[in-house]
Amino acid sequence: MELSKGNAEIQVGIADYKVATSPHRLITLGLGSCVGVALYDSVTKVGGLLHIMLPDSTQFNNVTKPAKFADTGIPIMIEDIKRRGGNPSRLTAKLAGGAQMFSGLDEKFVLNIGQRNSAMVRDILCRIGIRILAEELGGNRGRTMIFDTSNGQVTIRTIGSPLKVI
Amino acid sequence: MAGNRVLTDTHMDVLKEIGNIGLGNAATALATMVNKRINMAVPQSRFLSLEELMELVGGSEEVVCCVNLRLEGDVPGQILFLFNLESTLNLVDMLMGLEKGTTRELDEMGESVVKEIGNVLTGSFLSAIGTMTGLKLLPTVPMFATDMLAAVLSASLVAGGYVEEYILMIETLLFEDQEQIRGHFFLITEQGSLQTLFSSLGLTL
Repeated sequence: MELSKGNAEIQVGIADYKVATSPHRLITLGLGSCVGVALYDSVTKVGGLLHIMLPDSTQFNNVTKPAKFADTGIPIMIEDIKRRGGNPSRLTAKLAGGAQMFSGLDEKFVLNIGQRNSAMVRDILCRIGIRILAEELGGNRGRTMIFDTSNGQVTIRTIGSPLKVI
Repeated sequence: MAGNRVLTDTHMDVLKEIGNIGLGNAATALATMVNKRINMAVPQSRFLSLEELMELVGGSEEVVCCVNLRLEGDVPGQILFLFNLESTLNLVDMLMGLEKGTTRELDEMGESVVKEIGNVLTGSFLSAIGTMTGLKLLPTVPMFATDMLAAVLSASLVAGGYVEEYILMIETLLFEDQEQIRGHFFLITEQGSLQTLFSSLGLTL
């Protein structure tokens, strides 16, 4: 979670987050049922990208990676954005992911995890008072999310479709 | 889960051998189905993080087809078969008796062919392990996804409730003579399952 030098894309792994400032780009690959949360302060051009896997950390007793969960990941990223000079009250959000990847679903598998992730992220952002500017949630395709901190644009890459900017 | 990582080399060798025997049987079944010689690379068994697993298979955005079966019975867990897109299309051609290169994209028919391959491989894998250990291993109906590796893999682990930092993987490569099929097989066990497996073979954990 270091402030990166140079202009290259900074990769955000699964269950991780990174914070960067303009002109850096943050990228997270292959969101399936996971949800990518891009938060941006357009004045100081500080942005963070979070890749959560699950909605709720309180369902688990041994949480070692807060960025894995929506409820713990969003607050720690906001704290980090604040430390880098971002103003939490100016933050806006863009979201992607939350898909249902598998067909022929077996009912004993935890169902609709993508949907639950999406709902939880929306709920938390709403409670904190962060406005969601755009979202690409649901469906059944995996998504790669590229977040440009120079202008707040998020580009969505899917297999077999053209790039989409939100 | 951390407790499971104290497995000794002997335990790891046993897991590797289980992979060998089970997948040997599965490779034979596949060979019979497609009427081609199917080879199997020496499997490895170790603990991997999700990132390491993705590197092993070929990168987060690589397009893969995944058949996912949940295991019930004495050793609850999950079985994953991953084939890259090209291998999947080749498999469909072989199984349908078509000339290589005929199938260009995966339609519903192709999808059910791949699911059936997953079924056959899993069934023969499990029956080999069952005979060896005397344990009851039951697969459920296969699920299917084709997309970016990271999306498919993380979704299937989360859906199965596997959110640990590290996952024990028994990895195997299946390939046909001219390398037209390359597949990865993973057995993901639940906590406690390993103990059952080892004690059935007279080993303690």
